[in-house]
Amino acid sequence: MQEPLLEVRGVKTYFPLERGMLFGRGAATVKAVDGVSLSIAQGEVLGLVGESGCGKSTLARTILRLVPPTEGTVILAGRNLAELAPEELRVARADFQMVFQDPYASLNPRMTVYDTIAEAIQAHRAVSRAELAAEVSALLNRVGLAARFSRKYPHEFSGGQRQRIAVARALAVRPRLIVADEPVSALDVSIQAQIINLLAGLTREMGLTMIFISHDLAVVKHISDRIAVMYLGKIVELGPAAGVLERPLHPYTKALASAMPLPDPERERTRRRILLAGDPPSPVNPPGGCPFHPRCAYAIPECSRDQPRLEAFRSGHEAACLRLEQVNAD
Amino acid sequence: MPVTATASPALAADAVEPGRSLWQDAWARLRRNRMAVIGGVVLIVLTALSLLGPLFLAYSYEEQNLALGAAPPSAAHLLGTDKLGRDQLARLFFGGRVSLLVGLAATSVSLTIGVLWGSIAGYAGGKLDAVMMRIVDILYALPFTIFVILLMTVFGRNFILLFVAIGAVEWLTMARIVRGQVLALKRQEFIEAAVALGLRKSRIVLRHVVPNVLGPVMVYTTLTIPAVMLLEAFLSFLGLGVQPPMSSWGLLIKEGAEQMEEAPWLLIYPAAVFAATLFSLNFLGDGLRDALDVRASKD
Repeated sequence: MQEPLLEVRGVKTYFPLERGMLFGRGAATVKAVDGVSLSIAQGEVLGLVGESGCGKSTLARTILRLVPPTEGTVILAGRNLAELAPEELRVARADFQMVFQDPYASLNPRMTVYDTIAEAIQAHRAVSRAELAAEVSALLNRVGLAARFSRKYPHEFSGGQRQRIAVARALAVRPRLIVADEPVSALDVSIQAQIINLLAGLTREMGLTMIFISHDLAVVKHISDRIAVMYLGKIVELGPAAGVLERPLHPYTKALASAMPLPDPERERTRRRILLAGDPPSPVNPPGGCPFHPRCAYAIPECSRDQPRLEAFRSGHEAACLRLEQVNAD
Repeated sequence: MPVTATASPALAADAVEPGRSLWQDAWARLRRNRMAVIGGVVLIVLTALSLLGPLFLAYSYEEQNLALGAAPPSAAHLLGTDKLGRDQLARLFFGGRVSLLVGLAATSVSLTIGVLWGSIAGYAGGKLDAVMMRIVDILYALPFTIFVILLMTVFGRNFILLFVAIGAVEWLTMARIVRGQVLALKRQEFIEAAVALGLRKSRIVLRHVVPNVLGPVMVYTTLTIPAVMLLEAFLSFLGLGVQPPMSSWGLLIKEGAEQMEEAPWLLIYPAAVFAATLFSLNFLGDGLRDALDVRASKD
């Protein structure tokens, strides 16, 4: 197997929770990301799914070093990002970029599209004025926008157009890895497909590696080669996109997958939904053992004691469940 | 692949369309605000009169005519003369120059220091923020008059010092306002995006943070100018500011107040002009606040 572009090993990101003076100076922490390991090959698209608050965005920000990890290493193209000095990190940022969730908040409202993209180009490269103009136009065309819009301001665009601008900005530094943090969840459904297709096309044509984060399985399905399912700061299942969605291993993924409407009306009529009881536990005080056991239909006493690790069940398809064999006996 | 050049039919290279920045939007809204426009016009007229008026007068602001004394308005002296026979209109024009200059200069001092100080403290956060803002708190605690009296006695009465003294006090509030704005701004995704791009900190502060706090800052500035002019008047009133034969609106009001029973015109005209200026600045400030309010902009 070829050397992975990105390798995340045992990453934990905890946030200290400030408490009132009166009620104990307890060092309560939010365990947003609690021991995640995964690796992504060059040119691969990894879908990262999970419900709100499960730590997807924090994992993304930790990988991009927008948040320092509490523990663990993030190795991108052979370099450990967690160890870089501030100036080295700033220079290294040319290798990895992020597309944010809210295109209304992720563009500076006082800068024209031209300035926004030109600034990104110049962040890491010295470019002549003429080359700069040509490159900005090329980038805008690349994301499906006309160059004649370049003197306009973000508030003059629709959400989908803004997200295109944000994608162009991320491409401007010529990154190897793009992390898209719920890039379509703030957009109208009719626009979502356009942006997903844009991202899919770009990764394919430019050989980009991407982590695509979403809480929507249907969205992730189209774009990902592999899918990782997160629950309460941990990855509970990891495998090929089709395998994870059609033959899920983990009880949590089974529930998620069963909630997805099927395009075939015949099968949709017979679709059985697994309804999960209760809310996900708080990441401040996660349950012992398997984080999913309080809501799991298959839970046995051991589940509240022992922490399951990711284990391969089929080739390339892993899940973290103590009862993996029994759960998937059928 | 549905998303290619064909998705937008207008991809052909047309002329670049001009954009409308938020500033241009704000300007359009400001022009619709009648009181703000009147305020702006009054300010421009008063400034022009102060700058150009003396050129058309037969008397200079310090030319005395002791034989005349304090004379009421007449054809020769449109606004009368003070007790030393100096032309009141000339003194009013000249005082306008001083007062407006103090207002502008001291405000720019406070603006520059305050905006930089506040943005750096707010953006850096942590210990640096704590130290910088404690310095602001300490300076806040110093009584202003004592501070100015100390400056004046140590360095002598100096025109420039007046700017420095007033600016040194006014920037504190500005720094606090800017810091608060920056703290709110720091959580915005476009700042995070700028960090993720690998931009230098100085560039993030100057290009992304400062332009986005300028709205509230501009509003506060228009309210600082009258405050500064009032301070100058107050200092002159105490005899710490501008000294005769120079004149300022504050000084004229002080002199006028001393003789308001025998020569009311010496008080009425400077007071009216000063009040008009303050009103105008406040109306303009209100107008700017409404115009720059993002919620009012169409989106």
